[in-house]
Amino acid sequence: MKISERWLRQWVDPPVTASELVEQLSMAGLEVDSAEPAAPAFSGVVVGKVLVVEPHPDADKLRVCRVDDGEGEHVVVCGADNVLADMNVPYARPGAVLPDGTRIGQAKLRGVASAGMLCGADELGLDEVRDGLMELPQALVAGIDLRTALELDDTLIEIDLTPNRGDCLGLRGLAREVGVLNDCAVNEPVIEAVAATVDATFPVRVSHPEGCPRYLGRVIKGVDLARPTPAWLVERLRRCGLRAIDPVVDVTNYVLLELGQPMHAFDLARLEGGIDVRLARPGETIKLLDGSTQTLRDDTLLIADGRGPVAMAGIMGGEDSGIEAAEDGKRRDIFLECAYFSPLAIAGRARSYGLHTDASHRYERGVDFELQGLAMERATRLLLDIVGGEPGPVAEALAAEALPQRAAISLREARLQRVLGMCIPAATVETMLGRLGLPVLAQEDTDAGRVWQVQAPSWRFDIEREADLIEEVARVYGYDNIEVSLPASRMHLAPTRAQVADADLFREHLAAAGYQEILSYSFVEPGLNDLLDPDHAAVRLANPISADLVAMRTSLWPGLVKTWIGNRNRQQTRARLFEIGRGFLPDGKGGVVERSWVAGLLAGSRDPEGWAQDGTDVDFFDARGTVEEVLALTRAGDAFEFRAEAHRALHPGQSAVINRTDTDQPIAAGWVGRIHPEVQAALDLPRPFYLFALALDVLEARAVPVHRGLSRFPSLRRDIAIELDASVEASAVLTCARAAAGELLADLRLFDVYAGDRLGPGRRSLALGVTLQHPERTLEDTEVAARIDAIVGALETALGATRR
Amino acid sequence: MQALDELIERAANAIDAADNERDLEQLRVNYLGKKGEVTALLKGLGRLPAKERPAAGQAINVAKAQLEERLETRRSALNSAQLGARIAEETIDVTLPGRRRGQGGVHPHTQTIQRIETIFRNAGYGVATGPEVETEYYNFEALNIPAHHPARAMHDTFYLEGGAYLLRTHTSPVQARVMEQSQPPIRIICPGKVFRVDSDMTHSPMFHQVEGLVVDRDISFADLKGTVIEFLRVFFEADLKVRFRPSFFPFTEPSAEVDVECVHCRGAGCRVCSQSGWLEVMGCGMVHPRVLEMSGIDAETYTGFAFGFGVDRLSMLYYSVDDLRLFYDNDLRFLAQFR
Repeated sequence: MKISERWLRQWVDPPVTASELVEQLSMAGLEVDSAEPAAPAFSGVVVGKVLVVEPHPDADKLRVCRVDDGEGEHVVVCGADNVLADMNVPYARPGAVLPDGTRIGQAKLRGVASAGMLCGADELGLDEVRDGLMELPQALVAGIDLRTALELDDTLIEIDLTPNRGDCLGLRGLAREVGVLNDCAVNEPVIEAVAATVDATFPVRVSHPEGCPRYLGRVIKGVDLARPTPAWLVERLRRCGLRAIDPVVDVTNYVLLELGQPMHAFDLARLEGGIDVRLARPGETIKLLDGSTQTLRDDTLLIADGRGPVAMAGIMGGEDSGIEAAEDGKRRDIFLECAYFSPLAIAGRARSYGLHTDASHRYERGVDFELQGLAMERATRLLLDIVGGEPGPVAEALAAEALPQRAAISLREARLQRVLGMCIPAATVETMLGRLGLPVLAQEDTDAGRVWQVQAPSWRFDIEREADLIEEVARVYGYDNIEVSLPASRMHLAPTRAQVADADLFREHLAAAGYQEILSYSFVEPGLNDLLDPDHAAVRLANPISADLVAMRTSLWPGLVKTWIGNRNRQQTRARLFEIGRGFLPDGKGGVVERSWVAGLLAGSRDPEGWAQDGTDVDFFDARGTVEEVLALTRAGDAFEFRAEAHRALHPGQSAVINRTDTDQPIAAGWVGRIHPEVQAALDLPRPFYLFALALDVLEARAVPVHRGLSRFPSLRRDIAIELDASVEASAVLTCARAAAGELLADLRLFDVYAGDRLGPGRRSLALGVTLQHPERTLEDTEVAARIDAIVGALETALGATRR
Repeated sequence: MQALDELIERAANAIDAADNERDLEQLRVNYLGKKGEVTALLKGLGRLPAKERPAAGQAINVAKAQLEERLETRRSALNSAQLGARIAEETIDVTLPGRRRGQGGVHPHTQTIQRIETIFRNAGYGVATGPEVETEYYNFEALNIPAHHPARAMHDTFYLEGGAYLLRTHTSPVQARVMEQSQPPIRIICPGKVFRVDSDMTHSPMFHQVEGLVVDRDISFADLKGTVIEFLRVFFEADLKVRFRPSFFPFTEPSAEVDVECVHCRGAGCRVCSQSGWLEVMGCGMVHPRVLEMSGIDAETYTGFAFGFGVDRLSMLYYSVDDLRLFYDNDLRFLAQFR
């Protein structure tokens, strides 16, 4: 809502400056977006009357004018071709300063002395387009300062109103609010009823009174559309951000701005039968004034005549019933509509048709339901003054029972005090309520303080219960005047989460291990998601912001891969990235199952480039090592097994599924692997990279460490080298060795792997370090040897290994 | 005795000339060993007349001690020369860069959220989370935003295909879920991702919010003011002015927007605050009684306040970032600045 300060001050004129007013509005919840001067600074420009226009003796494009500036006649050379004798124009006297800083003086133009300058609107900063001289109304007297004549010393205030304050979508409502804030009177203009001079009427019927409790109609016969809208009205519309269109529309727009009441005018000759306000029949269509054609749903209120829809109620009028331009100079008969439509009947409708109009904006927030009569008289008076005509009587269709009910609302002093945390004296509360137009119907003094019965006025749609009244009191009292305290609390001790491995634990570890956390969008390019998670169909957004942000990611890999590609394009050669976030899988019922993951990507060299690093690229075991470290944070690292298994996005020979095995059933915890060569090619990346993903819910359980006691006795280590078929997995070897070692095993590590010519194809040798220790005594060499033999024996029997 | 003097001089010269440990040991054996020359002299004392023996014995012993000292001095000189050589050999250029694994880091938004969580946890708040894909009910209706309410136009909502679900437009649904499942006292913050159909320098289609909720007996607007003022001062680590402007949110009443004195110009007016001296940083209010009622909390007995703010906004101000999109571009050069 954009308003002119001068116009507002005609209604209410508090003793505050423009900037104080702006501050006041913002601090009362009517947030001022901007406050700008209506015209830039200039001085010394007055209304000048052009008396005579003569050609310039030496220049075809210049004219020599004699201009009256109220003090005398001056010769002014002018280049505009729209200059005419008897015209009123802005005249910059010698000494005038224009907005761009130009100081006007005496000049000789092609030999003719010129005193001052005649100005165009653009030169005064009043319009952006250059369009010759600015023609001023004839009624202005020569010599008046232009700023006074056009009331240019004005501030245009743009207010960003919250949806609850529909009452301030008109000057009248804002004036009322300013009056409340300053405790000063509002001078409403006197609007008198205009008596009918003809008895012409047009029948009105409301078939859907819940949607339209009040409908006023009036016929005005013989209006002359050839007459122009007066300059003052055009200027007021302009300052409030509306362009003049034709006198009838300009008047309805003026009433909209002034009173906040939307109105509509039909061409009576283009209406048939009578008006019916009803719900649309499914499939009915209407061609609107904006040229669009809408197919209507049956939840849409419309204005129909004998033939069909003529307007979408409270939204926009129809093209076929609009007032046609009077090119033939013929006078027209019009039918003025001024209605109260229920917010519920309008809310969301315009939006659902892709429309948003000044009318729908107001109706869905609530228009004062007692305002229609006044607005009708205001519009009639203005129209008669501008375009003439003969008004008929106002016809009203009223369903009083469907009008909003304004029940009494209790406001308890004690509750007010409790909610605000401070005491506002009862008398102050009462004064504020009165100023707000919230009359106290009754009051009662109880032990807990005073209780008021208050009724909301017809223009407020946001006061329904006590909380609303408390807000009004607080708002007018001023939030800054409310005390400051801190909540008293009962000091409960919050449980800790020691037995939960939460995201921050993994996050801190990965960051310390050289991984950078990223945050990427939850919606990704569908193609990329399919490429990296071909087994899961992504749920899609119905209204994505762009084609590459459509699919709800099923895993975190698309974001990681996209980030790697983006950084590679920015000349990064290596990356270790991780993200902690949610993936979304369809639940089969239109919704999703959300699951949190920690996922990562490794690309480029193992170490940052340096003189002491050999520049080797990362491989599977760098990725797996990170995964193992993350899993170890659960304090159950040994419970996770890595099994060779193909993932369609990963290299079939270098991917592993990770299972948690210390549960009733093994649970899949995630994946680690190298990107599939075909996927890598599809991504157009020359070098492979590695990915991992772990589901946080599987990692969550984290046991409290239980101390097992440290042996005082020395441990003994024996190394075993075995040779066996290369297809036997290392995990099988370790499992077998661990089982055979028994309870004395303190540590088992696989410290060497060899495959080569000496062993022959398909064979490899593994070296195991076995450390044994007894909790209560020193082990004998013989029992160690027996244990080692048992391990070797088991490996030979179960896995076909031979000792080397 | 002249022979002794000559012997000693010869031995001393030989010791001083020895340039390694082994030669030195050989010299010790040659002179002081069981068959050494000095030992032989001692053995030869018996042949001297008894009267001369004590003097001769003393002279030989003195000479022996001298040689032993001489040997020790030489040995120690040789040792330190050897150590010196080894140190010289092992000397490296310590100005060469060290061997590093590469630095990782936590995303600045996460750091901001972690700070916020710490601030509130220290005051006894819990941290609650909820789904990012929500129903109309929790995102709107339970928060007193019925269908077609003009307030819905304030939220440009992403819907999933099928239309039954949406991406939450704020973290407030978590409030509703928590209140539905528990009774006061409630003291929580709810950090999380939120989504709106919007993208430019100051809007991202996905961003982060933190919502706070306190419900208990006698929680007042004054308490809300105190909590918000204190949080902003603690977060920005500065004694900033804070002001509350009335506003409208369907789920709180009274509602307020909170402005904080511009952290860059301290209220003087600058580009960051559009010359106003103030930065709008959060919305807040007293929980609407209808929201309490819908969640099964007795609105007569309990009152509460809620506040919500954009993590992105606070991150931008705290870290002087001028383009919101940088946070989601994941440019490593950007992220590396926050390690």
